[in-house]
Amino acid sequence: MKSLLNEIKKGKVLVSDGAWGTFLMKRGLKAGECPEYWNISHKEDVFAIAKSYVDAGSDIILTNSFGGSPYKLKHFDLSENAFEINKQAALISREAAGENIYVLGSIGPTGAMLIMNEITESELYDGFFLQAKALMSGGVDAICIETMTDINEAKIAVKAAKDATNLEVACTFTFDKVANNEFKTIMGVSPKEVIDAILEVNADVIGTNCGIGFELMIDIVKELRKYNSTIPILVHANAGLPIFNNNIIEYPDTPEIMGNFVPKLVEAGANIIGGCCGTTPDHIKAIVRVIKN
Amino acid sequence: MNNQELIENIVTCVARGKVSLESPFPKDLIGQIGTNELTKIALENNISPDLILKACNDGMKIIGERFGKGEAFVPELLMSAKAMNAVMIHLKPFFKSGTVKSKGKFIIGTVLGDLHDIGKNLVSMVVEGNGWEVIDLGVDCKTEKFISKIKENPGCFVGLSALLTTTMANMNKTVQEIKKQFPEIKILVGGAPLTMEAAIQMGADGYSPNPQGAVEYLNSWV
Repeated sequence: MKSLLNEIKKGKVLVSDGAWGTFLMKRGLKAGECPEYWNISHKEDVFAIAKSYVDAGSDIILTNSFGGSPYKLKHFDLSENAFEINKQAALISREAAGENIYVLGSIGPTGAMLIMNEITESELYDGFFLQAKALMSGGVDAICIETMTDINEAKIAVKAAKDATNLEVACTFTFDKVANNEFKTIMGVSPKEVIDAILEVNADVIGTNCGIGFELMIDIVKELRKYNSTIPILVHANAGLPIFNNNIIEYPDTPEIMGNFVPKLVEAGANIIGGCCGTTPDHIKAIVRVIKN
Repeated sequence: MNNQELIENIVTCVARGKVSLESPFPKDLIGQIGTNELTKIALENNISPDLILKACNDGMKIIGERFGKGEAFVPELLMSAKAMNAVMIHLKPFFKSGTVKSKGKFIIGTVLGDLHDIGKNLVSMVVEGNGWEVIDLGVDCKTEKFISKIKENPGCFVGLSALLTTTMANMNKTVQEIKKQFPEIKILVGGAPLTMEAAIQMGADGYSPNPQGAVEYLNSWV
């Protein structure tokens, strides 16, 4: 079985993929439509996105399953189809990736708050368990739990993914810069608390995604590294904060800008580098160019 | 506890998110009474509902400002909102009878395509706690949903929320459609990807990066 950890142990820096959501919209996903349902209704479009990242030189691609938890699919009356939707997401990325490129099954947060009793711990666990199981049955190599802000939801997701599969599990958090130049998630969780919690549930890779562009990601990686020198760190950065101009949403960080940050990010301790909102295959190509040199 | 102390304690318990005697949060106030009991006693002591509401507003202002500065986070704000709700349950009859008047009506929802309601919920709780009547339309709202509620509630204010960069375009459409039909209605926008510049470009009247700013904007029209 392929192992991300082994690759990283060899000293490799791996390149992940870029944004999916913005890409789906470019291919015609309408507002209010369920992006994950496209795995069934618009298979070719989803495949084209996955393939474009493979062609850009990614070592790793993800799956179109970020909002594929039964809880989120409920909004579209699709929770009954959760297994099929996630499995299909994995099959599409697997087909695009072939045997050599890694496929990470994407799992996003439910958006429901434990502390407000909007969802129970067992509902969360069951949903993540099903999602991870379905992604594995579609052939992913590892699971990537992304954009977490609540430490308890993240721990439950990692546990469920570990119980449901025998795969390596990555878990990434979204931090903001807050008072005193500290980094915290919107739920008030610091990088140190993230490290402690994630090691407790035996996640294999830790990371940070989304957020406010590449530059601050360097500081977040340094902060994570301060508390743990060995765990692999994954970074999926936005192409900067979006600018709204004449009805068009633009991201300020060009592929060149992103490429220029890569050496600093590696120096800070990142092991896997890719993009989040606003990044394109061109951004990935720029990262690949820098890494390969 | 004299009346002055009762009011001060309501302010503190709202700001700290202490709901009731049983509530386990915050840890250093375990075993003490919270806003639920304090409000009951205050009303029994004939403290005016207006004064209690003001104490509630003052408490929410403290936590709202800490949140705005990045010193407090979503869980603290949610617990304060819970503490505030406990006050409002006791004050509801006074709103109904007209003894306490709401400052106005505020219609809020997330725009089409956006299922993320954390920001919207925080704003709606803080605004309600400040004495506004909040009409929450939920998530993924089509423009028509806002329009029909505006028709039912003349003179209302409207809040639009978006978490995703990709739904900002839908927010833009909703703002413009509302303004076309109701040029006089004030629209406030907010959410992670937004900025004041984006709000102005869309033609919105106000922007706030946090719930307290939303309250201040609304209150500026009272």
